Amino acid sequence: MDTQIRAEHELHRRRLSRNVGLGLALLTFVVLVWGLTVAKVGGLDEARIKAGAAAEASQ
Amino acid sequence: MTDIRAYEQAQEQEAGFGDYFALLKPRVMSLVVFTALVGLLVAPVGVHPVIAVASILFIAVGGGASGALNMWWDADIDRLMRRTQKRPIPTGKVTEGEAFAIGIALSVMAVVMLFLAAGAMAAGLLAFTIFFYVVIYTMWLKRLTPQNIVIGGAAGAFPPMIGWAVATGGISLESVLMFALTFAWTPPHFWSLALFVKNDYANAHVPMLTVTHGRDATRRQILAYTLALAVVSVALGLTSIGGPVYMAVTVVLNLLFIKGALGILRRSDADSEADSHLAERAFFKLSLAYLFLHYGALLVEATLKHWGLGGW
Repeated sequence: MDTQIRAEHELHRRRLSRNVGLGLALLTFVVLVWGLTVAKVGGLDEARIKAGAAAEASQ
Repeated sequence: MTDIRAYEQAQEQEAGFGDYFALLKPRVMSLVVFTALVGLLVAPVGVHPVIAVASILFIAVGGGASGALNMWWDADIDRLMRRTQKRPIPTGKVTEGEAFAIGIALSVMAVVMLFLAAGAMAAGLLAFTIFFYVVIYTMWLKRLTPQNIVIGGAAGAFPPMIGWAVATGGISLESVLMFALTFAWTPPHFWSLALFVKNDYANAHVPMLTVTHGRDATRRQILAYTLALAVVSVALGLTSIGGPVYMAVTVVLNLLFIKGALGILRRSDADSEADSHLAERAFFKLSLAYLFLHYGALLVEATLKHWGLGGW
């Protein structure tokens, strides 16, 4: 019988790949949402500055 | 079988991350990413780099999700065909329920996130692409008509339109012609492959044109779509995203493609068998270069425009 007790079974490697993969996917998602928030809020700031400048120029 | 052997077999079938990733059809996803990126970059409106990267990623995830739903629905026929027997569901690594859950969850996530990142038009087009590929193509028409390749090709043709919509928020002649380019390219590409690869679609009761209408009819259809493709690709070159570089590329490639399709049309099955499908293989390889170089030429035109060159 080829059953052996091994400290590191192949199964553990597969489970590790699953956990690391899911972790990286979630981390990427968090970074993307953060990046999108910064980009969108930055865009709003620019629009506000432009609107303010236009209002000052018209006064 | 001993309990321990059964336990070991169950362990051997436990999925790794790569098995879940394979559900998303990474090779198809690479085409989606490339064409969507070109659609986004050639648009006349600039996009914040973070929004561009995020949008392309969500389009890729949406495309991958539709691939997972396709594997969920087609699990029965995937088990019957050699080409698909090593997919995660037929091998028992991933269950059909898991594939369905991943497909639905990623579809919803991709559409909602694309809506937040790029607006309603891009998100709506992505949602329609997923619906079209999963419901119209996979569930309804794939097993019903030998024109299944044409219908499936439409789903694969949407990404450049979505990329364009990310940048502009709308649809235009340019984006519709980019759609038409990939749409008309798909049938000659896949049918030339079907002419030299022994597939077992018949075992799975999927009507392929080579089986239902014969190989001569397939050769005629390849030429018909190749001619339609030439019209579409030249028309794209006359729009605002075309230019001399693109036009030179498209004229040369279309002449080669039409010459290849005519060559295939003149061949009999005996000719094809005699030289191990040399012309069909060459045409298939040319089709890969054809699409890549067309989108590449559009990118070149967009890059040249930044330096005041390119375009008409």
